[in-house]
Order: sequence, then structure tokens, then C-alpha cells
Amino acid sequence: MPSLIAKSACDGLLPLSEGGVTLSEAAPARVTSVAPFAGQEKATDAALKTMGLGWPKPGQSFTKDEAQILWTGRGQAFLISASPAELDGVAALSDQSDGWARIRLEGAGAEAVLARLVPLDLRTAAFPTGSVARTGLNHMMMVLHRAGAETFDIMVFRSMTASAVHELHHAMKALAARAAAL
Amino acid sequence: MRINCPLCGTRDRREFTYYGDAVYADRPADGAPIEAWDDYLHLRDNPAGETRDLWYHEMGCSSWIEVTRNTVTHEISATRLLTDRKAPAKKGKKT
Ligand SMILES: [Zn+2]
Repeated sequence: MPSLIAKSACDGLLPLSEGGVTLSEAAPARVTSVAPFAGQEKATDAALKTMGLGWPKPGQSFTKDEAQILWTGRGQAFLISASPAELDGVAALSDQSDGWARIRLEGAGAEAVLARLVPLDLRTAAFPTGSVARTGLNHMMMVLHRAGAETFDIMVFRSMTASAVHELHHAMKALAARAAAL
Repeated sequence: MRINCPLCGTRDRREFTYYGDAVYADRPADGAPIEAWDDYLHLRDNPAGETRDLWYHEMGCSSWIEVTRNTVTHEISATRLLTDRKAPAKKGKKT
């Protein structure tokens, strides 16, 4: 068996920085899709509570130390940086770890960068820290999580990584150029 | 045009995919007469006024949504998850 070289989704693409905004790859983490079996939402919530998390409502997330759970769609959430063992038997679990690129956009201009690509109101009043949305990053399906006032965590399908980085970098450069011209 | 997804909130039309008349969710019962299937597959009303159709929140939460809208005023008066619909009354019957 030849030894294969493990590469992360954003290998060779990130980090990037323009005009005080940085784009970087999140540390590799276990990602599990959690879909409660019929009638098992309460049991799923209880199991997640033992982990310091909970079953998120639409647009919601829970964070406990490294562990996170993000709402990702109807009857589905992604458990990140945690073992799903507690959820055995109450929810359908599928490993997604290598299926997604996880990208962090950070800086005072992060909101303005996303405003060029995302058809949502992302001001803190409408999309406060902890909020999650399923929406488009331009033409790509995305999970968007606001991790802080100036910090967004973006997930796109791994096959879309180069396009996502290209789109985000393009918007970052355009904003930096505009700021430099003023 | 914006559609109110019951889970995600009001979203741009670009996030949704149109499927067709909401009657597609009222599949005839097993053993329904051939006329019911003909109606289900081929016969559509073309109302000037309120109509209902199915949209898929493809760039969002992956929900199927029944949208009630007015073809004259373009107003969207209601949206609900397809899973929240009651069992259709006209199932298996010709309308
Ligand atoms: Zn939705």
C-alpha cells in the first residue's frame, strides 16, 4: 500500500489576507450530520445536553468548548469537534468530516465582504453571534455561522472549495482596493 | 420576489426551485380510477386569482413549501411546510 498524503480541503489555497480581513481554514475536525429519528427530537436534545449542547432550532447553534452543533436544515444539524456516540439509537448519524471545506472569514470588513456574495441581512441586529443560516455563497450552497461580531465560519461542499475561496478573495480584494482609493 | 420559508424566514426567490401546482402533493390513492390519475398528471386550472404551488428551498434548508399566491396581484398570502399540510380531502377523487 503506497502511503497517501493527507490534504485538507483548502491545502495550498489559504490563508489569505486583504485590507485587514483574513480568510483561513478551520482546524480539521470531526463533522457528523445528526438527523433525529421520528419522534426522537427530545431524546436527541437530552443526549446533546449531556454534552453541554442541545438540539438547535432553525438558525440556532450551541457551543461548548471545542464542540459545536449547528442547525443545517429541516430535521438536521451538524455536530462539530465532538463524538456522536451519545446519539447512537436516537438519530441517524453520518460522517461528513471530509465532505466540507470549513473556512473562517475574520476582520472588521468581514460583513462587507459577505454582503457582496450573500443575499441576507448580516448586520449583528439581524444576524447576531451564534446565528446559523443555510443560504447561497453566490451560486454555492453554504452553511454560514456567525462565531463572533467580526468572525464568520463558512462551510461549502469540499468540491466547491476553490470556487468559494476565489469568490471570497475577489470580494476581499475589491473592498481593499476601494478603501485604498478613498 | 421573496418567499417566506417557514424555517429560514423571508428569502430571495433565487434560493428556491419551482416544482409545480400543489396538486402534485395530492397523489391519488391506490386503485383510484384512471380519471383521477389523468387529472393528477395532466389537468391543471389556470386561475386568475389565488393559486397554490410547490417550491423547494434548495439553497436553504431543503424544505418543500406550499406557497399560496395570487396570479393577479402577485401577492403571496401564505406559506407552509408540505409536512404541515393536513391529509388532502380530495385524495382518490376526481375534482
Ligand atoms: Zn428554508
